[in-house]
Amino acid sequence: MKYFARKIGLLLFALFVAVTLNFFIPRMMPGDPASDLIDKMQGIQPEALESIKVAFGINTDEPLINQYGKYLLNVLKGDLGISLSRFPTPVSEVLGVAIPWTLGLIGLSTVISFFIGTIIGIGCAWNRNKKSATFTVGFFIFIRSFPYFWLGLLFIYLFAFKMPVLPIGGSYSPFVKKEGFDYILSVLQHAILPASTIIVSSMGAWILTMRNNMINVLAEDYITVALAKGLPLKRIKALYAAKNAMLPSITGFAMSLGFVVGGGLLTEMVFGYPGVGLMLFQAIQAKDYALMQAIFLFISAAVLIANFIADVSIMLLDPRVRDGGK
Amino acid sequence: MLGDVFKLFIENKKAALGLCILLFFVTVAILAPVIAPYDPKVNKIETIEILDTDRGRNKTVEREKIDEFNERRVYTQEVETTYEKNTKKFPLNSPPSSDHFFGTSHAGQDLFSQVVWGTRITLLVGLVTGLFTTVLSLTLALLSGYFGGIVDDIISLFTNVFLVIPSLPLMIVIAAYITVKGVFPIVLILALTSWPWPTRLLRSQVVSLKNRDFIKVSRSLGEKHSYIIFREMFPNMISLVMASFFQSTMGAIMGEATLEFIGLGNVSIVSWGTVLYWAQTNGALLSGAWWWFLPPGICIALIGTSFALMNFAIDEISNPKLRKR
Repeated sequence: MKYFARKIGLLLFALFVAVTLNFFIPRMMPGDPASDLIDKMQGIQPEALESIKVAFGINTDEPLINQYGKYLLNVLKGDLGISLSRFPTPVSEVLGVAIPWTLGLIGLSTVISFFIGTIIGIGCAWNRNKKSATFTVGFFIFIRSFPYFWLGLLFIYLFAFKMPVLPIGGSYSPFVKKEGFDYILSVLQHAILPASTIIVSSMGAWILTMRNNMINVLAEDYITVALAKGLPLKRIKALYAAKNAMLPSITGFAMSLGFVVGGGLLTEMVFGYPGVGLMLFQAIQAKDYALMQAIFLFISAAVLIANFIADVSIMLLDPRVRDGGK
Repeated sequence: MLGDVFKLFIENKKAALGLCILLFFVTVAILAPVIAPYDPKVNKIETIEILDTDRGRNKTVEREKIDEFNERRVYTQEVETTYEKNTKKFPLNSPPSSDHFFGTSHAGQDLFSQVVWGTRITLLVGLVTGLFTTVLSLTLALLSGYFGGIVDDIISLFTNVFLVIPSLPLMIVIAAYITVKGVFPIVLILALTSWPWPTRLLRSQVVSLKNRDFIKVSRSLGEKHSYIIFREMFPNMISLVMASFFQSTMGAIMGEATLEFIGLGNVSIVSWGTVLYWAQTNGALLSGAWWWFLPPGICIALIGTSFALMNFAIDEISNPKLRKR
């Protein structure tokens, strides 16, 4: 239980830090981005100007600490300010449209990639002296070194331009009614390329983690004993080695999640997939700071919560953690 | 000690391959002016040659007799020079050829020269950031792991928190607010968002070393902290410090390319990231200009692979279980 309490504490504190960063980044920047922006925005509505001033905290003579208090309260209420590029829609509303797409695309691809990667990793460790395993590991080290967005570009070029078998971007065809089987088919079709990008480029990490964990476990004495006893190899591989090697892999999953999500956001930008990543890109280009910050908060919160879930599942899976040994 | 590590490192096949790739790119970066055939930003070459100069006859314009010994005359001479100016415009958007190994951009710039010059900025940002991050995280790790107590609690807490806050969105948000464009802000942003991983890794090593007998002996003998840290602990951490340097550098190269690609870096400099940025903004993909975005990506992946290979080798050297038996 102590473990659980500590993890909840860490989650809450991390959320607090993310919100605090969000508040202080625009206020601590060297130079004067706010007036720079206001100068560029000659002739916009006074209400929009007001929302810029609020975002940068230059509208009041209030001391910083009061502004900070107000900001925290607003975030708790879910009030994240007003979007500049889609004025006067509140940021939370704008964000709400994009979230399901991102959760669907990045969430599912990450889970799929983790499972496939782990299985390949087990195979690579088990057959670690074979050429095929060495080749697989080498291949994925190379693939992993490509930036996500670049693999996305390559996929678009190959499968949407050279051999136009899949759509070039977007999330569904505009010519299909937003209901029924055809719509689902269209959504799936549009998801294949971006999802493959995320899966292929993040898989290497899981393969390597799992392989190394598994090789460590395979060197344990109890594996040697099991082999000497003549237990079926399949049983040793799955129950004795892989099961135990999985645990650190799940921790690794939690740790690398932020990185994968970041890559996923870039993938969305490249494919014009209408999720949070593309919205972040548009917010940057439109200098819509309120939206940008809200997106940062949302992504952080999502990653932190996913991390927390991974930590809790470790607790459920690992008796050493569960029984509070260490 | 150091020599042994280096020898083990070189004997490892993976490490040797990784090192070769890295050295290749370092050479390209240093010799960029020699290797690149053209200026990366121009789209034509102009050569000016003087063909003929015709000096006309002198004409007396003015004549003045001052006294019987002195006289002043002013002459003018018309000079006619014939120049030849050859402008060779590069073809626009052309696929690789013997004139342009990587083809040209939509504006006619030579992409091979861009990639060669880009190696400089990319490697520079990567290595400087990697060094910066490693020094920062090593300091934090030593402070928290060696001295322990409340300092350790605070540093560890923040390390754990920043470890889980996704760094790419954080990087993007900070970069979007920065109005000073240049290479240095990028280095700073990258370093400030990538310290948690190596800090955590190095700290656990410091803690485990601290509890080894030889360190305990030194401490009870009353050796100075600086002696223990730099002469006794540090040599035992070299492989891990190297590993985190490689990791950070690789992360920085990726991060720089990413920021430049989104257009948050300085788009007027020439780096692999900006080449990709211009390729994307000018629709290289949909005009089928594969030569524009392929080379920078492959270069990034090669550098990444080289660091990953060296890291892998260090892992194998320091963890005998991973060695082939």
